[in-house]
Amino acid sequence: MVSFSAVAKRYRGGEEALKEVSFSVEPGELVFITGRSGAGKSTLLKLIPAIERPSSGAVIVNGQNVGALKSSAIPYLRRNLGLVFQDQKLLYDRSVFDNVMLPLAFSTHSTKEAARRARAALDKVGLLMREKSNPIQLSGGEQQRLAIARAVVNRPSIVLADEPTANLDAESARRIVDIFGEFNQVGVTILIATHDQGLVTQYGKRLLHLEGGRVQ
Amino acid sequence: MRAWLRQHRHAFTRALPRIGLLNAVVIGIALALPAGGYALLESVRAVAGRLAVEPQVAVFLDAKRANADALGATLRRDPRVARVRFVPREQALKELAAVQGMSELVAALGRNPLPDAFVVTASEENLEALAADLAKLPGVAQVQADALWARRLASLARLARTALWLLAGVLGAALIAVTFNTIRLQILTQREEIEVSKLIGATDAFIRRPFYYAGLLQGLTGGALALLIVSASLALLNREVRLLAESYGSDFRFAFPGGADSLAFLVLAGLLGWLGAHLSVSRHLREIEPT
Repeated sequence: MVSFSAVAKRYRGGEEALKEVSFSVEPGELVFITGRSGAGKSTLLKLIPAIERPSSGAVIVNGQNVGALKSSAIPYLRRNLGLVFQDQKLLYDRSVFDNVMLPLAFSTHSTKEAARRARAALDKVGLLMREKSNPIQLSGGEQQRLAIARAVVNRPSIVLADEPTANLDAESARRIVDIFGEFNQVGVTILIATHDQGLVTQYGKRLLHLEGGRVQ
Repeated sequence: MRAWLRQHRHAFTRALPRIGLLNAVVIGIALALPAGGYALLESVRAVAGRLAVEPQVAVFLDAKRANADALGATLRRDPRVARVRFVPREQALKELAAVQGMSELVAALGRNPLPDAFVVTASEENLEALAADLAKLPGVAQVQADALWARRLASLARLARTALWLLAGVLGAALIAVTFNTIRLQILTQREEIEVSKLIGATDAFIRRPFYYAGLLQGLTGGALALLIVSASLALLNREVRLLAESYGSDFRFAFPGGADSLAFLVLAGLLGWLGAHLSVSRHLREIEPT
């Protein structure tokens, strides 16, 4: 589903974020990518939706070599991916509901069907009662759950989350990971980057530990 | 097809609140200048077109009509002369009496002071030389190249037209610049939305579309405002012009540009707005990439 072979990423200025990274993730897997800040977790995740391109090596997603993708093809790659960021990237000029509606704007569903899907996604993360609120009124944990709802509303086959629990208390963090677990149980492939190894070991899932840009 | 329509509706509703009303007013005022100038010039041109702009010379005879036939024959032989029309003094007086306000004057004259005349249409442009030669012919009392001023008026109108096109060009460029800047500011304020849209798989076309609509609509609104300004200004002018024209016995009015002209003007304003948006979007959207 996702496979890296000998992937290296050097940023302009010479900083080498990833060195010779190889691994693959099977469909339906949930993988935690762990490691300290600066170990290369974010870079690894950014290579999958082509936010960054590898300096060498191949990143294959759903059979496509992402590094060689034309920029006009990237939107279609991203529509099959759900992205969750540490800073959520919500839009504060519109309601919770409209935030979840965003990815549906360029799907082929009718407006009615889109609204139904958006509510279903909000329901799954426990925010259906807050659909009319502005995201700014939500707590940190709720904002992160809203970001997850937006990521899954198009039913992507792969969900990527970069430090989704970074600024949350232990209780909220566990709830976030639980929600990812639920999506994983219905077959969604999930990659979560986190520096909080204590939180994730208890789930007994596969860990991919990065250190200094290499898989350990 | 339905999805396509829905995407355009989405872009349109996203574009509506982005139209800067103040910008549309600026565009309207800027476009009102050439549009108003065009309306004035077209109105004057319609009148000027009725004036003789053919190269004509009036040749007035001295009192002896007996010479007239011989002189007419001489005139017709001249290769520089295209047509010759004889106007007897009786007919000239009748024509003069027919001009508004002159009949009483003619009646007061008692006797006909007008000479016989030939109206000579030249086949070439150099009227002055022809007029000078004709003046030397025997039996000719006076020669007048009347059409000269009419021709000067026509070339003046052409000059005004060229100036108007230049003005329209400059202000059209201003429209593009205003739209360019409006769209640039919109792109900057919507940086986050654009970034998020790219992350969730929006195509470039999807992101650009609302800005194109905004530019187009802003141009159209500005164009419509310009037409309103022109029509209001002409109505105001015509109140005065009507009084002035009536005192000359004329029904002259400044006319509002016709339907086809107005429509073409609106389309052009919209297109220029679209072009401004296109330039701005092409330049500024590329700078926003998610990191």
